[in-house]
Amino acid sequence: MPLGRTYAVSLVGLNGYIVEVESDIGQTLPAFILLGLPDASLSEARERIRAAARNAGLPLTRRKITVNLVPASLPKRGSGFDLAIVMSALAAAGDVRNCGRTVFLSELGLDGRLRPIRGVLPAVMAAVQAGFTSVVVAGGNAAEANLVPGAEVRSYDSLAEVALAFGADPASVELPAAQPAESCSGSGHKGVDPVPKDMADVAGQSEARFAVEVAAAGAHNLMMVGPPGAGKTMLAERIPGILPDLTDKQAMEVTAIHSLASAEACRELRRRPPFESPHHTASAASIIGGGSGIPRPGAASRAHRGVLFLDEAPEYQRRILDALREPLESGELVLHRAAGTATYPARFQLVLAANPCPCGQSTGKGMDCTCSAQQRRRYFGRMSAPLLDRVDLQLEMHRVSLHDFSGSATADSSAAIASRVADARAAQQDRLCAWNLSTNAEVPAALLHNELRLSRKATVSVDKGIETGAITKRGYDRVLRVAWSIGDLAGRTMPNSDDVTTALLFRTQEEAA
Amino acid sequence: MRTKDELGRRGEALASRYLEESGFRVIDRNWRCPLGEIDVVAVDGATLVVVEVKTRSSEAFGHPLEAITPGKLERLYLLASSWARAHDLRFSGFRVDAVAIIDDGTGHPVIDHLRAVS
Repeated sequence: MPLGRTYAVSLVGLNGYIVEVESDIGQTLPAFILLGLPDASLSEARERIRAAARNAGLPLTRRKITVNLVPASLPKRGSGFDLAIVMSALAAAGDVRNCGRTVFLSELGLDGRLRPIRGVLPAVMAAVQAGFTSVVVAGGNAAEANLVPGAEVRSYDSLAEVALAFGADPASVELPAAQPAESCSGSGHKGVDPVPKDMADVAGQSEARFAVEVAAAGAHNLMMVGPPGAGKTMLAERIPGILPDLTDKQAMEVTAIHSLASAEACRELRRRPPFESPHHTASAASIIGGGSGIPRPGAASRAHRGVLFLDEAPEYQRRILDALREPLESGELVLHRAAGTATYPARFQLVLAANPCPCGQSTGKGMDCTCSAQQRRRYFGRMSAPLLDRVDLQLEMHRVSLHDFSGSATADSSAAIASRVADARAAQQDRLCAWNLSTNAEVPAALLHNELRLSRKATVSVDKGIETGAITKRGYDRVLRVAWSIGDLAGRTMPNSDDVTTALLFRTQEEAA
Repeated sequence: MRTKDELGRRGEALASRYLEESGFRVIDRNWRCPLGEIDVVAVDGATLVVVEVKTRSSEAFGHPLEAITPGKLERLYLLASSWARAHDLRFSGFRVDAVAIIDDGTGHPVIDHLRAVS
């Protein structure tokens, strides 16, 4: 029967759908028809496939080949369907056999070589979930595909090898000569986990260091306000280094996003929390996700399970800052575009840094500041109250004095802090797993006031604040969450009055906003 | 006569013989009218068959069948009815076939016959 069938995966966001690739050979003039909503790069597959098949010694039949990608309603894009299409066409012509329930994920070069594609990890995950465990990928994607448990991955370097494995006549197949070393990985190759910078490098700033530790312990969002040179950026860059390793499930999510977002193939699971620091001129699409066709993940999704650091936060477009409110709440970004809807996870820890005023000198007594009161107000007004509502820790930083500097030798290293953070996280996990939560930052207000209620004695300082009107109800809840993290760091089963008082000190900016 | 025309002639002769062997009756060759030329006219049962013959010496510049464009095909359909009108003959139907010949001069030409191309 002149009908071939293979399988591929179409990714819409991180969700993959199995696509059936059917080929029919009609006894009429040579033509190659590709049906089923292919985009421009997928339509180019026709040309790549003809050349690749010929150069592999298996020229496509001189008849009319109709390839249909089912379901036709699902938009498909990219070059990852090449191998599935050519194998389907070859199967229809009887050149290869037993393609059965195999998923093919690779792009073809004109010389018949298999090329690695983006998003292999989520695609293989989707295939395995749909019950297709047999997967064929390019050699460059083998390590990534093998990360998926339950997948039987076969990797080849050329179409000829794939065809041989599927029963092509060895006499006709032309195996390519020894291939030159893969050089398409680009010059900007980074190691999977860059070595995190160490907290011990930060001079002085013991209060800020503690705040960062608390933020890491409870996964609290953090804002640092201070003059230029106070060390805001240094501290923020070091937060991933004190966060605990990702769990298997989290590492899978993070690696899947990076597989989709970067051209480089992943070689192993990303165990360390990612750190993203987009520049403040970034567009909304680059931070939230977007682009033509199916939207692609932005910095917020790439920072999933890690840190999204916005330096000079008031300089960002206001709509970008406000767009971050939904993912801060829900942990995901749902992007609707004409071509489809993509959902990307985006549960990141937001770290904001800002100068106290546009000129940056309004610190201490503010004698050097040249900004008008109105300029100052407008500067912070860019960060809307609803956004700051979601920032538990708000920290004012000052310039490092000579005294701090000399005392910096005693500063804890990242490793020491990381172990305290890990212990605090474990304590939270034990306490909160009953409510299906894992960090203090996620605890809803109702829980804080009922099951996790503190004694009247412990909360006396915040209670006073609420009586005098210095603190709002929302601010009160935030103080309690931070107090729990401080208590966890100190190894207490419940925060005491000192912890609550300390937490109270970390909310300086709220009323300014 | 130029080499390529000679190849074409040889191809048409080959095609005619092949069609006769396949049970067709060849009734006309190289029929011309202002619209164009029919390489071979044959009858298959009660059906008029207009045959386009493409001959090449190698596949270096593509397969001969690939040279039959949609425009050419459309013209062949028009030519079929012109031929029938010109000869005042009636058939139960007509169709267009294509015969591709790769003749590299070694005496073993490869013939590929496609029925009812569209």
